Amino acid sequence: MFNYFVRRILTMLLTLLVVSALVFVIIQLPEGDYLTSYIAELESQGEAVDPQKIAYLKEEFGLDKPIWLQYLSWIGGVVQGDFGRSIEFDLPVTDVIGEVFVFSLILNFSIIIFIYMVAFPIGVYSATHQYSWGDHGLTFIGFIGLATPNFLLALILMFLARKYFGTSIGGLVDPSFENKPWDFAKFMSLLEHLVVPVIVIGTSGTAGMIRRLRANLLDELHKQYVVTARAKGLPEGKLLIKYPLRMALNPFIADIGNLLPQVISGSVIVAVIMDLPTTGPVILDALRSQDMFLAGSFLLFVSLLTVVGMFVSDLLLAVLDPRIRLEGTRE
Amino acid sequence: MSEKLEHFVSADPFNPLEVEELSAEQERFYMASQWRMMWWRLKRHKIAVAAGAVLAVMYLSIFITEFIAPYDLLNRHTDHIFAPPQQIHLFDQGKFVGPFVYGLDYKLNLETLRRDYTPNPTRVQKLRFFCSGDKYEFWNLFEADSHLICPAKDGTFFFLGTDRLGRDVWSRMIYGARISLTVGIVGIAISFLLGLTIGGAAGYFGGWVDNVAQRTIEILRSIPELPLWMGLSAAMPEDWSAITVFFGLTIILGLVDWPGLARAVRSKLLALREEDFCTAAALMGAPPKRIIARHLLPNFMSHLIASATLSIPSMILAETALSFLGLGLRPPVTSWGVLLVEAQNFQAVAVYPWLLFPAIPVIITVLAFNFFGDGLRDAADPYK
Repeated sequence: MFNYFVRRILTMLLTLLVVSALVFVIIQLPEGDYLTSYIAELESQGEAVDPQKIAYLKEEFGLDKPIWLQYLSWIGGVVQGDFGRSIEFDLPVTDVIGEVFVFSLILNFSIIIFIYMVAFPIGVYSATHQYSWGDHGLTFIGFIGLATPNFLLALILMFLARKYFGTSIGGLVDPSFENKPWDFAKFMSLLEHLVVPVIVIGTSGTAGMIRRLRANLLDELHKQYVVTARAKGLPEGKLLIKYPLRMALNPFIADIGNLLPQVISGSVIVAVIMDLPTTGPVILDALRSQDMFLAGSFLLFVSLLTVVGMFVSDLLLAVLDPRIRLEGTRE
Repeated sequence: MSEKLEHFVSADPFNPLEVEELSAEQERFYMASQWRMMWWRLKRHKIAVAAGAVLAVMYLSIFITEFIAPYDLLNRHTDHIFAPPQQIHLFDQGKFVGPFVYGLDYKLNLETLRRDYTPNPTRVQKLRFFCSGDKYEFWNLFEADSHLICPAKDGTFFFLGTDRLGRDVWSRMIYGARISLTVGIVGIAISFLLGLTIGGAAGYFGGWVDNVAQRTIEILRSIPELPLWMGLSAAMPEDWSAITVFFGLTIILGLVDWPGLARAVRSKLLALREEDFCTAAALMGAPPKRIIARHLLPNFMSHLIASATLSIPSMILAETALSFLGLGLRPPVTSWGVLLVEAQNFQAVAVYPWLLFPAIPVIITVLAFNFFGDGLRDAADPYK
């Protein structure tokens, strides 16, 4: 077991190192760098370009150095916990991310809870009532949820909410609460504003989850141990929950690997449209303006979560399903 | 006294298979090729067949886009900006006239500063069929001006309304299908090529080839899809021509998609290459390329095609989303995502809801691909 842990963590570190280099290269792929686009923007606005400031920025962020040197100094800092400075905001990356991070966390945890709470009962119902009208109807709704682009759903729901409930939906709290301390009213406003994004972003995840749970549970329900259990008179409810459901849970656990990074990077498009103060719009901006330390740290962080998430879900699977052995003992 | 029975010999020709003889129908069934059986099985899945038909119609339509669309892609009707959809009628005051629309009366509402259009019941504009309208260059080959449907002379026919430049939304939607539908196909072709080659090599050769491929896949998969898409599309230079951007985008979609496919190919190959028929082929001197292509791939090709069908819709959605964010295709290339950019502002959507129409074909296509792919996947293993 110890060997497995060590090997796994070493691979994780190696993967992250390669990912960080890859990410850095991807961000640098567009022609020019942050400075050239910055200068172009100033010139298009008819403002004078202060050569001193340019020189300062160049010096400060090492933009005149070759790309591999920039990468090395950045990754060296990352290892020591210093993610560099965002050129655009002129703040440490951690400060820029930290501000939006909390909101992302709140939003995406609500989404995950929503997905599980909706997908679970529906999936079980669909599987136990296969080919019933309820199953067909729910499957169809699930398909529509998969097929509708998230941003479209967002637009429609925003439109409806505005028309029928009069809720102003941009942002995560009502504009009147901005810059005010947290109290109960502000909290309620937050809840109110959470509803639409949670539904919008949750639907596609829910649909996929329902389909997988249904398929898995159906596989299990046709196995012989279920027949045996039923033959010896186990009550239907207990029979379902105790054995097949436990097996069918595996995809839920395996999904943790995908959920963790989603906490940060999911919902980018919806967040842009709905003007949510989450990480999505920030990362999009950073990518566009080639603010490489911000975008790079961001992508690296999300990748870290992916790798850790996969690791955690592998461990959990092994704990919950005794048939799974982590150390492959194949001869 | 018993009489000796005469020895009986039937004069009919002897048929050793008499007991287990197959009827013509059974014969047909047992001798059918795998693909034929898949087709039989798919046919039983009614929804999948219907979805397949919808897709076929949509894909066929992109060959004659110019003919189907009543207006040209870029034709602007400056006196019909943000005109609402015109309903098709058959009867005018109880009298049958055939398909027609009522002409629109335009008035600027000075209070709300909105353009108000009202259908005028006295202006009956009969639609024409197989008629000449806007000129176009068919496939850039020759000039033509015939259309399936045109408005009446001096009339208008905005089936789904017009946008902020007075361009017909319905025509633009039909033109958009060309790009939106091909993005998925080209993307999946790239992903297929990469997935088959890399997954195939990894699964067949094993050893260090497998190791390298596996690590590459792992690394690619640990970068979340959406930021990867965004990063790569942001990397496309602004001054690329519209067509280059289109191919760039499909390559990006393919590049992000192949690891999943390669994994599936690899795990299948790992299992199959230990089979006896593989050893036999190798003993007879078949080179690896031939064994992979002739003996191993056909074994699970049907599965691959089914799973590819299921990943096309995610590519179409990705294109729509990226174009919507302004990272994907840009005008003058027109895809459904590009059309939806007009609907980005939900204030506009509230006033001009018909700008959302281009989302409907997206939903239909994605649904159809999902149903069709589902049917294919069920049919992929006809021996079950």
